[in-house]
Amino acid sequence: MKAFLALLKRDLLLAYRNRGELANSMLFFIIVVSLFPLAVSPESEKLSIMAAGVIWVAALLATLLSIERIFRSDFDDGTLEQILLSPQPMPILMLAKVTAHWLVTGLPLILVTPLLAMLMHLPMEALGVLMLTLLLGTPVLSLVGAIGVALTIGLRRGGMLLTLLVLPLYTPILIFGANAVQSTMIGLSVSGQLHLMAAILVLALTLAPLAIGAALRISVS
Amino acid sequence: MTAYLVAKDLEYLRNDRVLFGDLNFEIRAGEALQIEGRNGSGKTTLLRILCGLINADSGQIFWSGQDIQKQRYDYSINMAYVGHHDGLKGDCTPIENLNLSHALSAAERKLSAHEALEQVGLKGFDHQICRTLSAGQRRRVALARLLISPSKLWILDEPFTAIDKSGIGELENMISDHVKTGGMVILTSHHDMNLTEIDTERLVLGQNS
Repeated sequence: MKAFLALLKRDLLLAYRNRGELANSMLFFIIVVSLFPLAVSPESEKLSIMAAGVIWVAALLATLLSIERIFRSDFDDGTLEQILLSPQPMPILMLAKVTAHWLVTGLPLILVTPLLAMLMHLPMEALGVLMLTLLLGTPVLSLVGAIGVALTIGLRRGGMLLTLLVLPLYTPILIFGANAVQSTMIGLSVSGQLHLMAAILVLALTLAPLAIGAALRISVS
Repeated sequence: MTAYLVAKDLEYLRNDRVLFGDLNFEIRAGEALQIEGRNGSGKTTLLRILCGLINADSGQIFWSGQDIQKQRYDYSINMAYVGHHDGLKGDCTPIENLNLSHALSAAERKLSAHEALEQVGLKGFDHQICRTLSAGQRRRVALARLLISPSKLWILDEPFTAIDKSGIGELENMISDHVKTGGMVILTSHHDMNLTEIDTERLVLGQNS
């Protein structure tokens, strides 16, 4: 537990000292969403239909854009070796890395969502569901993305491969997330989608750290 | 029970060529092992195998009689590795770096980060961001990591890179002291080591290929 907190604290500190880089994915998220009213149509009916989908796609791409940073600098400067040689349980340390990444990239996305939802004329009653799906979904994006990064970090140009590996695994989250919001807007119950997303989150939380640790061991050797 | 490390029939292939094979050695408390060999003879690879970062193609490594692949915890708590990379975060101070590696090591703290830095000759650099330190100073911070944990076995890959002459003398003393107090050191170095007071064995790689 001490090691979990120490690693989490270090990553948050590093993120704070590199604030500029962090703003990148956040800015990307805001720009993508705010261009839609300009490019498609400013009419509120049209926008509100697409709102949930657009915000979800933008969140997914923003995560994909920032995910490689989770292990890149650790791999380059040798701290990853030190982490892997630690006697502490590897999944716990990996969970700390992913938690730090989510806190600095996933959480801010959720926090600006109300603003973007207003821009996209998303009905107020659907906003809660959208936030909830993002809250359940973005940690999964970080966890699954980290597995992909762990597998490709040793390759010279792993960027494209990372996208190909991770995108198919992201699609269920995207489908359920956007679909839940659409369903609320036409007055259907969304407990099914939300439960499923929660189940995926629990599954990812328990299994992904194991997979990340194992993949990193392969990547550094 | 005194600790010891045994390497048995280690073999490693690179691009279907035997980098080294039939490697057997043993190191006990109070001994040092210097690995020598030309560039590309597999020194770094051997050290990475010894710490468990890479798997050998065949052969086993035993720590106090137990295979390190099966008893990873026992081994990693007793082993400290300083590799080619310093393993330091450029955006953190030496103190922050050392405190993190201590938190990761799960062992009792032998020296505080401040004391360790003083011992490697970096007094007064506690709170300077590592990126602004010179290469030699960063190397010293990396080596200070060895002092804060009570690890018995030190595995050092070219520990003297970028370190000045007087610094090398101090570090040789640090290594000698560690060995004399029952520690073990495995290292590679192109520098002629002045470790006369302690029992140093030599292993030369790449002679048979």
